Amino acid sequence: MATEPTRPADAPRTEPGATDPARIRNFCIIAHIDHGKSTLADRMLQITGVVDPRQMRDQYLDRMDIERERGITIKSQAVRLPWRVRSGERAGEDAVLNMIDTPGHVDFTYEVSRSLAACEGAVLLVDAAQGIEAQTLANLYLALENDLTIIPVLNKIDLPAAQPDRYAEELARLIGCEPDDCLRVSGKTGEGVEHLLDEIVRQVPAPVGDPDAPARAMIFDSVYDVYRGVVTYVRVVDGRIEARDRIRMMSTGATHELLELGVISPEPIKAGALGVGEVGYLMTGVKDVRQSRVGDTVTINARPAQTPLAGYKDPKPMVYSGLYPIDGSDYPNLRDALDKLKLNDAALGYEPETSAALGFGFRCGFLGLLHLEIIRERLEREFNLDLISTAPNVVYRVVLDDGREVTVTNPSEYPTGKVAEVYEPIVRATILTPTDYVGAVMELCQGRRGTLLGMDYLSADRVELRYTLPLAEIIYDFFDQLKSRTKGYASLDYEPSGEQKSDLVKVDILLHGEPVDAFSAIVHKEKAYNYGVAITSKLRSLIPRQQFEVPIQAAIGSRVIARETIRALRKDVLAKCYGGDITRKRKLLEKQKEGKKRMKMVGRVEVPQEAFIAALSTSDTSSDGKGSGGRK
Amino acid sequence: MPSAPPDGQPVPIDGSLPAAALAELADGPRAFGIYVHVPFCASRCGYCDFNTYAPGELAGATHESYVATQKSYVDSVLAELALAARVLDGAAPTVQTVFVGGGTPTLLPPEDLARILAGIDRAFGLAPDAEITTEANPESVTPASLRALRQAGFTRISLGMQSVAPHVLALLDRRHTPGRATQAAEQARAAGFERVNLDLIYGVPGERPEDFLASLDAAVAAGVDHVSAYALTVEEGTRLHARVRRGEIPAPDDDVAADRYLAAEERLTAAGFTWYEVSNWARSPDSACRHNLGYWRGDHWWGLGPGAHSHVGGVRWWNVRHPAAYARRLADGHTPAQAREVLTVEQRQVEEVMLRVRMADGLALDRLSEPGRAAAVRCMADGLLDPHAHAAGRAVLTLRGRLLADAVVRDLLA
Repeated sequence: MATEPTRPADAPRTEPGATDPARIRNFCIIAHIDHGKSTLADRMLQITGVVDPRQMRDQYLDRMDIERERGITIKSQAVRLPWRVRSGERAGEDAVLNMIDTPGHVDFTYEVSRSLAACEGAVLLVDAAQGIEAQTLANLYLALENDLTIIPVLNKIDLPAAQPDRYAEELARLIGCEPDDCLRVSGKTGEGVEHLLDEIVRQVPAPVGDPDAPARAMIFDSVYDVYRGVVTYVRVVDGRIEARDRIRMMSTGATHELLELGVISPEPIKAGALGVGEVGYLMTGVKDVRQSRVGDTVTINARPAQTPLAGYKDPKPMVYSGLYPIDGSDYPNLRDALDKLKLNDAALGYEPETSAALGFGFRCGFLGLLHLEIIRERLEREFNLDLISTAPNVVYRVVLDDGREVTVTNPSEYPTGKVAEVYEPIVRATILTPTDYVGAVMELCQGRRGTLLGMDYLSADRVELRYTLPLAEIIYDFFDQLKSRTKGYASLDYEPSGEQKSDLVKVDILLHGEPVDAFSAIVHKEKAYNYGVAITSKLRSLIPRQQFEVPIQAAIGSRVIARETIRALRKDVLAKCYGGDITRKRKLLEKQKEGKKRMKMVGRVEVPQEAFIAALSTSDTSSDGKGSGGRK
Repeated sequence: MPSAPPDGQPVPIDGSLPAAALAELADGPRAFGIYVHVPFCASRCGYCDFNTYAPGELAGATHESYVATQKSYVDSVLAELALAARVLDGAAPTVQTVFVGGGTPTLLPPEDLARILAGIDRAFGLAPDAEITTEANPESVTPASLRALRQAGFTRISLGMQSVAPHVLALLDRRHTPGRATQAAEQARAAGFERVNLDLIYGVPGERPEDFLASLDAAVAAGVDHVSAYALTVEEGTRLHARVRRGEIPAPDDDVAADRYLAAEERLTAAGFTWYEVSNWARSPDSACRHNLGYWRGDHWWGLGPGAHSHVGGVRWWNVRHPAAYARRLADGHTPAQAREVLTVEQRQVEEVMLRVRMADGLALDRLSEPGRAAAVRCMADGLLDPHAHAAGRAVLTLRGRLLADAVVRDLLA
């Protein structure tokens, strides 16, 4: 832990626990991926002097490799930045800025909303060469709902392609300000960043709270750290939390001894207390972020608050997928890895599951497809696991003839027969696209069973389209398709919007007469045939010939809708086996024996793991362009 | 380029063997044979990955230096024989079989081959009824050289015929004319060889069904008592492999190979031959190649020459591959062995199953593990193992099973 820097004796007190709320500004940056949020944050760290230029590295705040590689921020974080105003009527005034980083993806809307709730202001950061994107728009609306002061900022003004005047107009129209109110900065060169910091002090209101009331602090992030246990990020609303307090989580009533509290600047700095309006971290030694959930209210056990802060919600998985180790003996390792990731991810849910085709694994619930991909990638990268993930699916509510209801999170559990009604989750999607591609986007949404809700021109050449779409239709390659049909210009955001009754069927895939649970899918009736044809032909090309003919069928119930045949293997013998061949051939056999362990038996059919992986991968199915149902 | 040798353990510099291996050689019931590898060819065929060198592939690259290498080769082989006699130190029984392979053994003058045979006889003694085979290319033998070979003590000759179809021979880079192989076989018989084999290759891209049938008929008509027929294998590192990879010629098709195999079985059976190993047919049990049977039955043999493989009492080793490296080691008084492996009980069992199953008399079921025996029943149900043989306690491939022998072996070893 770094020690607190010493300050001149005559300076106002700005250390944690002793800072006048009037000096504090809590703000976040709302931006689309690639619009330069991390680079701007880097410049702020530098200009405020909290990071030594020699220790500066790109995307300083993005801790995980995956974040840095994908250029997205998964976990928000809060950095305390001391700032002496440089110009204007407040010049020379000392302020404490808390920059709260927000996740940038649709899957993490709830986390975004909690980050926003910890702030009084938001920097709306828009790429001056690209204009606002759908997600940014969605987060902007969230910020406006939270009554945040919005500071519109155009970034990347150093780019030759920048059109700040044009996008200033667009922003002004969106927030109802003057184009001149849009600040212009370059996170890359640092141009305009000092002015932006000054404007944050000038425009964003100071936090207001009751310093004498029982303590209430909102958890806006919770991160598991191998060495320190769970690190909980809070924004104190009322009262004061001291380092020696015993804290209480208001949703569960659980109490924890505080081991440490402090602020991040941008390395952790221990402090004695956190007061009204302050943002900092708490450590209690708990080992599971579930004990310290985003949105929950922290109070002091000795003098607890009566009413929690509003807005706490349990994260609810929207997308499910089965995760299976390729090597069955890795199952315990997969369990341990999930247990560890869960410590850091309150939204990750999983239960053991057995698949006839894939063996032992886990059915996992995710907030969305990106969440799934991130978890899968972390399991493979950080825990060195080779995994098969089954095609993601949404949660279906099935009403049986006798009125009973079944919740289906795995297509193989879809009830057979006696189904009266099926309900699937739908989302309200917002798509921003250049006007040129409106037709292509509409065609895509129509093909995905979308219903147009409305359409607005943001400017002469950009359109906002609003659709209701089944979630199942967008968890696959919808985003890829959208990007490819609009040359990458369209952007997408969506939010859950209840459910709808749909004409859905379960398509089973049978290999040599045996259903392969991993390939079962729930698809719209009209898309069942396309799905059946696509997957059977794909499997035919992926499964090696066996000693017998293997039919591959797609069926709805007992009705076969598509069929392919793998011809029997006729020759599998090495022609020669003389003196010098024996060692070589024995070694080959030993290798094949190992390879056999990587084969999954479906009835009598040996299916290589690679075939499952390839058949279940979205990228291949989407490239055939047939655009069939939810499984595609 | 020849294929890479397997990995193994180092060999003691004097080539000495574990006492247990020597004891097995001395006391066991197994036959002892000698293999001689002649690593020379007039030119390299595009499909061949054997350890052999054409003029130009060896240092010097002049005709004289190539001949000189061949001369020093014979001396080196005799030196290795002396080393073999030291290593085996009286444990070896008399030699039952000799097989001179290559390469093209008949690139050497018959008197050189005779010197090697005489050396073997001096070192270990040749059994009076020993089977002594040499491989030969049809274009590298004459009636006179065949008589000389017979005179030198060879009892059996194996000719690389491959095909009678000119376009097939051309694709294989074989130099002989279509009728030459059968003519050579007839000349061999005239020279006193009772045991004559013709090697055929099938499944060559561009080969038509009638091409292979014609080759079979020609082999039968030549009056030989043994035919080997091999599906063309595209080995990595060969010119053929490169051509297939570049898409110049199609890869051999397994279904075509299966059809050819069935045709071979039908024609050869009709002509009075019987299969005794997956790729080998003989007119009578006596016509089977005893030396090769030794490989498949786990017998002992010493392989002489560059890259040659040996097996004595569960120890397999292989010589360095380059003729110069081979000669240098022997000149230094060291073993030419590059590496070896001392087989475990499990490995020997794997090899036994792997090799025995390929033979017409098959494998005793009691040599299989419990799961292996269960697998044998399933293979029988699938029509891959013969039910009568199974009832008699043996795993013997059916005709369909022969085409899927590797799969059967994997099952039986499961």
